[in-house]
Amino acid sequence: MENPNLAEYLPIALMFIFALGFVVTTMIATHVLGPKRKSKIKLDTFECGIESKGNARIPFNIKYFLVAILFVLFDVEVIFMYPWAVNFKSLHWEGFIQMTVFISLLLVGFFYILKKGALKWEE
Amino acid sequence: MITFLTFKIILVALVFVITLLVAAYSTYAERKVAAFLQDRIGPNRAGPFGILQPLADGLKFIMKEEIIPVVSNKFLFILGPCIAMMTALMAGVLIPWGGTLTIGGETYALQIAELDNGILYVFAVVSIGVYGIMIGGWASNNKFSLLGAIRASAQMISYEIAMGLSIIALVAITGTLSLSEISAQQAGGTGGDWNFWNVVYHPLGCLIFIICAFAECNRTPFDLPECETELVGGYHTEYSSMKLGFYLFAEYINMFISSAVISTLYFGGYNFPFMNDLGLDQNMITIIGTVVMFAKVAFFIFFFMWIRWTIPRFRYDQLMNLGWKILIPLAVANVFITVASYLIFK
Amino acid sequence: MTLNLFYFLSFLAVLSALMVVFSKNPVYSVLYLIITFFTIAGHYILLDAQFLAVVHVIVYAGAIMVLFLYVIMLLNLNRESEPHKSNILKFAAVICAGLLLVVLVGSLKGTEAIVQQSGKAGIGYVKTLGEVMFKEFLLPFEITSILLLAAMVGAVMLGKSEKTNDTI
Repeated sequence: MENPNLAEYLPIALMFIFALGFVVTTMIATHVLGPKRKSKIKLDTFECGIESKGNARIPFNIKYFLVAILFVLFDVEVIFMYPWAVNFKSLHWEGFIQMTVFISLLLVGFFYILKKGALKWEE
Repeated sequence: MITFLTFKIILVALVFVITLLVAAYSTYAERKVAAFLQDRIGPNRAGPFGILQPLADGLKFIMKEEIIPVVSNKFLFILGPCIAMMTALMAGVLIPWGGTLTIGGETYALQIAELDNGILYVFAVVSIGVYGIMIGGWASNNKFSLLGAIRASAQMISYEIAMGLSIIALVAITGTLSLSEISAQQAGGTGGDWNFWNVVYHPLGCLIFIICAFAECNRTPFDLPECETELVGGYHTEYSSMKLGFYLFAEYINMFISSAVISTLYFGGYNFPFMNDLGLDQNMITIIGTVVMFAKVAFFIFFFMWIRWTIPRFRYDQLMNLGWKILIPLAVANVFITVASYLIFK
Repeated sequence: MTLNLFYFLSFLAVLSALMVVFSKNPVYSVLYLIITFFTIAGHYILLDAQFLAVVHVIVYAGAIMVLFLYVIMLLNLNRESEPHKSNILKFAAVICAGLLLVVLVGSLKGTEAIVQQSGKAGIGYVKTLGEVMFKEFLLPFEITSILLLAAMVGAVMLGKSEKTNDTI
């Protein structure tokens, strides 16, 4: 069960502790050291000097949501390419053809997206 | 084991301090470079040539009043900048800062941790970095912040794909995902071990990677999330004191780490030309190599600033078109051209 | 050492998974879910599946959770418009989750035989994984791309159907 690679994660954990310590200490320090003169207007949200209307819990364009979905899909495809890339030299032409099939299907989807105008931001 | 552990602790502390110092002095350098490019003087009051300016700025950030809007979500409002700072600090763990040092018969590598899939670790940290901005911007409950946060996250995720794709050709030719191995493969000298930097073989991949690095750091010309002419301050409109400082600081740390990753992947990392022909011993080569690495990093930080004061900001549709319609097809084409030419000519 | 780490990670995973369900604010639920994914990545590292661990963080914590966060931000999260769930709905949810649990437990019970026969060294490394993927599991790999293509088409259809102009 003992895993030799675990030792490599020890310094990463160490760095995490350092970073966490730094962030927490600074946050507490700035909270303690800074002046505290609160007023109602100061704690209002900023809206270019005019009175703020409503809040920011408003729906936004569905395009952003679409970008996020497409990002998930493309991200998975890119991840699939890494094991191939590492083994590319041993897979040779065979691997090249395998990846061509995979990527051409990805490109079909990509051009479908472009054709449908899903990524059109100009309008 | 004990010496190994002490060495790692010293290295972690050193990298941590150097990261913060470089980030702090990048703010100073940015102002000086801007001043130089615009024919001004820049900060020159705090200390000789103003070199104490970053310390003064840091102190001022800590001493400022902390303002948390009443309508915001308090916990998430504080969490946002903390995540941004944490991810920025964690990204530098796998970068090889130098070769190996031999002290008292033991060999130490100047790298905090060596993982089999180092590049992917960096990408993982980058992909977590989106949350800092998203959560901070949303928790502020301010319309400008929300717009900035959404823009920033859409931009960062769009360019992450092109970034991932641009590396594939490099990975296919080097056959590894480990940053230290990629560095080692670029070690140069004359005769049998004559190697070029990776940028010679992957110029297009390098260009795409650098563009994506700019977009991931939210640097000009990709600084739409915080473009002051439209969104006041973007996702950090409501932030003050050290929380604002963390956001700004995280940007500079990200810039430092991206410069280090760019130098490692494409520009030879800690290697320098003819390093094996000068007849130096290994420790000397490592020390010079580390200096060379930092010189390369400094150059890329300067490059980031140079671009900032040269190229104007994109419009949002231009930014999205560049990311999706130009960089992704280019990156795919780059993979095919590189791989096919390797198979044909090798 | 490894065993203690395992217990610690499991404790964290279960705790944050419970917090996902019990948090009132959906954004907190997403954050707890991200922590859960991190602890699961930790489990992968303990099993020496390093590539899987990092991919898990990139895809689940870094991509899918961003999508979740978008969806939650897209919803109106004003306090007054918080949906009130009726008891019938809660009851139905419990039954569904219970059935899912039965399915998961049932499917995991059969895997013991498989776990014992896979003893290939270094299976967690990206190199070995790639070798297996492109030699033994080539067809499923290629079919995956068709699946992703279908998902792309579906996403575009969903995103394009709505034409509203009163958003930002």
